[in-house]
Amino acid sequence: MALTRNLRPGGKHGLASGEARDPIGYAVAALSRMAQSDLLDRIGLRKQAEQTVLTVTRSGFRAATTAGRTFQRVGSSRKAGVRVPSAAAAGVFDLTPTEDEQMLVDVVGEFAAEVVRPAAADADTACAAGDDVLKASLEIGLPILGVPESLGGISEERSAMAGTLVAEALAQGDMGLAVATLAPGAVATALSLWGTEQQQQTYLPAFTGDDVPAAALALTEPRVLFDVLEPATTALRDGDDLVLDGEKSLVARGADAELFVVGAQLDGKPVLVLVEAGADGLTVEGDPAMGVRAASLTRLRLEGVRVPADAVLGTTDGATYTECVRLSRLAWCALAVGTAQAVLDYVTPYVKEREAFGEPVAHRQSVAFMVADIAIELQAMRLVTYKAASRAAAGKDFSREVALARRLCADKGMQIGLDGVQLLGGHGYVKEHPVERWYRDLRAIAVMEGTVLV
Amino acid sequence: MAIHLDDPKRLRTLRDQAHQVAMNMLRPVSRKYDRAEHEYPKELDMLAAMIDGLSESGASEGAGASGVRRDASPAERPGVRNGTNLASVLSIAEMCWGDVGLLLSMPRQGLGNSAIASVADDEQLERFGDTWAAMAITEPEVGSDSASIRTTAVLDGDHYVINGEKIYVTSGERADSVVVWATLDRSLGRAAIKSFVVEKGTPGMKVERLEHKLGIRASDTAAITFTDCRVPKENLLGSPEVDVKQGFAGAMATFDNTRPLVAAMAIGVARASLDLTRDLLGGAGVEVDHDRPAQVQHAAAARLLQMEADWEGARLLTLQAAWLADNRQPNSLEASMAKAKAGRVGSDITLGCVELASSLGYSETELLEKWSRDSKILDIFEGTQQIQQLIVARRLLGLTSAELK
Repeated sequence: MALTRNLRPGGKHGLASGEARDPIGYAVAALSRMAQSDLLDRIGLRKQAEQTVLTVTRSGFRAATTAGRTFQRVGSSRKAGVRVPSAAAAGVFDLTPTEDEQMLVDVVGEFAAEVVRPAAADADTACAAGDDVLKASLEIGLPILGVPESLGGISEERSAMAGTLVAEALAQGDMGLAVATLAPGAVATALSLWGTEQQQQTYLPAFTGDDVPAAALALTEPRVLFDVLEPATTALRDGDDLVLDGEKSLVARGADAELFVVGAQLDGKPVLVLVEAGADGLTVEGDPAMGVRAASLTRLRLEGVRVPADAVLGTTDGATYTECVRLSRLAWCALAVGTAQAVLDYVTPYVKEREAFGEPVAHRQSVAFMVADIAIELQAMRLVTYKAASRAAAGKDFSREVALARRLCADKGMQIGLDGVQLLGGHGYVKEHPVERWYRDLRAIAVMEGTVLV
Repeated sequence: MAIHLDDPKRLRTLRDQAHQVAMNMLRPVSRKYDRAEHEYPKELDMLAAMIDGLSESGASEGAGASGVRRDASPAERPGVRNGTNLASVLSIAEMCWGDVGLLLSMPRQGLGNSAIASVADDEQLERFGDTWAAMAITEPEVGSDSASIRTTAVLDGDHYVINGEKIYVTSGERADSVVVWATLDRSLGRAAIKSFVVEKGTPGMKVERLEHKLGIRASDTAAITFTDCRVPKENLLGSPEVDVKQGFAGAMATFDNTRPLVAAMAIGVARASLDLTRDLLGGAGVEVDHDRPAQVQHAAAARLLQMEADWEGARLLTLQAAWLADNRQPNSLEASMAKAKAGRVGSDITLGCVELASSLGYSETELLEKWSRDSKILDIFEGTQQIQQLIVARRLLGLTSAELK
């Protein structure tokens, strides 16, 4: 039985379980086996192997997480941490960012154009962000955007709007690198929003110092129809400890991360749990995806990982977790807006320069209208995202607004990615132009949970 | 200054008032005038009187068809303005949540009034302030291509003599006057197109017929002929100079103001459909959960979520266009973006809601089928979907109308 099951094609290689082989299918399968054989290599019949894939993606190689620095526990775990107030809402309909926000956007925009974009293609191939990009992102203060001023950050009030504008500006450079550079800040912002005095004093100094650790907000799990509000990862109480079991997918920079915030089910409610790298039972392996590759995506496995009960970040009734999910979706929307803007900015001159039938293709309505629709849907995405962000910053309920923003950014963002490639035709399909990367990146919006946070 | 996209506090009372009026005055007669096409909705006179009263008391915040006028003086007050454009968009959306056809039939709230407010000089504004003005642009042979209209105006002493035929004139029979687009000289192209206020009863102006339509049946849509129709030369709106450099800009400026209004109409009727459908689905046990992924919810809930997302996008684009006008920033591009998005989303939503509500949606028992007929015109008049796309594309790509046809 085991043999016949093994011979059945279904259930692997992306085949549905009902697939069956006919005689020709068996013959082809046998050929394919031969093609995969090492013998071919030994007798020198095969072209050079894809060395880069092997080394770079690390897919299939499990490793213990990097045991980084030791975080020294400081402060009380019973006292609430420092919180910044909500942004004041003037009650006037207004599309103008504050002066501080504008300044931030200018700085980040310049960084995105001059540092991020030129590094994007290589980072995508290498599945890693270069040290220079990461270092520069620290210099402009990305990780401490959401950290209160009194704890060494730059936030005087709730910074969801500023965070949204920054994520958008960064993604205009590259979404993958944006995620890589924003990932530590997601954890620092989470600690700022929900941490106890002890959690803040224990972990935040690392983020506000010179040697900022990689860190990851890990909520996504490898399941079909994944519903982030019902993580399969469990946290079971055992004495004064929690024992964590489960698996997280598409975790940004998981191999380097020194601190994780992991989503888990505790007493029937979803909660956030702080897990330090190096914990027993915590392993990580490469999990490269179609896009957002520069963020070095990994799969994180938790097998009997033990943490103290006060490692829970925020409330245990599901409220913190839900808020975290919403704020992280908001950040993904901002990334979609920035990437879609990159598409628009790229195709606009292209269709005017590219000629067919003796004139620029932009002179054709089918082409020009596609560009117009990109601009229209992009601005709609942006406005709905901003509305959600400004409500979040003001401390208002933004559950509806962020749900609408996510729907719009997932649908229209993907359409924009698709049209970006289409407008360049065959040139859009090759890596000479960045549109194929944006196409791959924009598919992430509907899929990703956690990872980034505003 | 800070980004804040909720409805402004100052205008919420107005918005809610409009909602109450729509609910209690328009909805009860909505089906009646859909069936009795061409019958004058007598209830509207009462409503118009009420709106005039609100307007004089200042409670209307300057909202309405004339609310689109832009003062010539630069911002006298510092800071961000939420003015009459925003007020108009918000209240018109609410009224169209009530009934688009009836809103279009509101005395003294015609698109002609917006045109007067947009291009009239102060003296003309004074003179035509109380008129109910319809708008006549389209001709039997000229639709979207409004630069090629054939109706002519020839100066003869103190009068212009107008000759031509106009169709699809909203409130063409009921209004006190009609703003007519005519050319002073066809050989000079779009620069020679001017608008004229022709008062009802002017000899030579004749309403030929009223159209039978797919929707907005409460609104009378007239075909009007002008035969040697003499109008005082002071009734030419704006400057009589044919400025070839400025071209079409003068007359076209009206559209920057009226397109957000039409977008607001689409948003209003679409929300009527969404509100009722959400309610009907709720009764059937289908609720949208905003936190759960759409793909783990009921397909109807997922569709509703998608429609609501599109709706919110269209609404904010519309508010943006109005906000820019209030703050005296150019908004041609944004007005067309709003009209394009709201126009297509209006159809998608109202038609989608009919489908979700099954035979309840299709039958005349509910108003869903009516809204899906009413909404279609909003993707056509004041510039079709395709015209908006053309405008947006030309602006973005920096192409002339000769390059991008």
